[in-house]
Amino acid sequence: MTDTVYFLTCLAIMAGVTYLVRMLPMVLIRRKITNKFLKSFFYYIPYAVLSAMTIPAMLYAVPSKIAAAAGLVAGFILAFFERSLLIVAIGACAVAFIIQLIL
Amino acid sequence: MSNFKALLKKTEVQEGLKDGLPIGLGYLSVSFAFGIFAVEQGFAIWKALIISMTNLTSAGQLAGVTLIAASAAFIEIVLSQLVINLRYSLMSITVSQKMDKSIKMSDRFFLSVFITDEIFAAASRRDSISATYMRALVCLPYIGWSTGTFIGAAMGSFLPASVVSCLGLAIYGMFIAIIVPPAKKNKKVMCVVLLACALSCTIKYTPLSKWISDGFSIIICAVIAAATLSLIAPVEEDNND
Repeated sequence: MTDTVYFLTCLAIMAGVTYLVRMLPMVLIRRKITNKFLKSFFYYIPYAVLSAMTIPAMLYAVPSKIAAAAGLVAGFILAFFERSLLIVAIGACAVAFIIQLIL
Repeated sequence: MSNFKALLKKTEVQEGLKDGLPIGLGYLSVSFAFGIFAVEQGFAIWKALIISMTNLTSAGQLAGVTLIAASAAFIEIVLSQLVINLRYSLMSITVSQKMDKSIKMSDRFFLSVFITDEIFAAASRRDSISATYMRALVCLPYIGWSTGTFIGAAMGSFLPASVVSCLGLAIYGMFIAIIVPPAKKNKKVMCVVLLACALSCTIKYTPLSKWISDGFSIIICAVIAAATLSLIAPVEEDNND
């Protein structure tokens, strides 16, 4: 399988699955979900996914683990004090970049 | 009467565009980070752009790009998209219940493409959602998402590698910005976050990582963490945003 064919197949899968999870409930379900477990699960899942995607993967996103860790800590501190999405992102990148220059 | 209807429609277009503008601007930066990330993973600009134009989901796209770069199996891509994007199902149901009579079946097929966390948040604030409002609402976010990806991918292609790899942290920074404030305020959310991180590290740093790929790891950790907290600490009735 060539790279382009593999990519296009994956693209079709990604777009198809993502469309179906959005489209099917909108077309098929018109009544309210009352199941407490399901409601809770849907509420928690975004936080669980983003956490599992970030930790520990972020540490391997730049060649230096120390620089990545510094970026993680900087991002955490900025987020803790509720800075905007953009500021947290720029802060994490900038700190990692500076540490990388020093090392 | 037809004049009145036309006027009403015009207001709904304006309201939709107005609600969509801040979302579109926000998406510019998130998708910029995605564009940079994709290029750093070895994707061509057109590939990054076409992913954004057909998926419109940050976490799903990031997982997808990571998996494709690692030549993952198709089943991994199916399952990761399913788990990561399953929350849209609940949002679609919520939005669906507020749609008024102007929404035809064809609108449901078309408008569901654009259900994201932010568009859901804007739409669900309304008592009833018309086709006109919804179409106007999704315009600017879609343009912002595509444009940002293109600019990010294009810049990632000519900036020095050391800068690009640091900019690749931007998308993780944004995830941290999404996770931390609610975790600080809500102990249950904090438990979900800590449990998911602990599970993810356990898989990564034990021999389990030989058997479980990164894609499956995200799925397993997220499902276990969310299901555990749903069982022992379900959310209260009015807390389902």
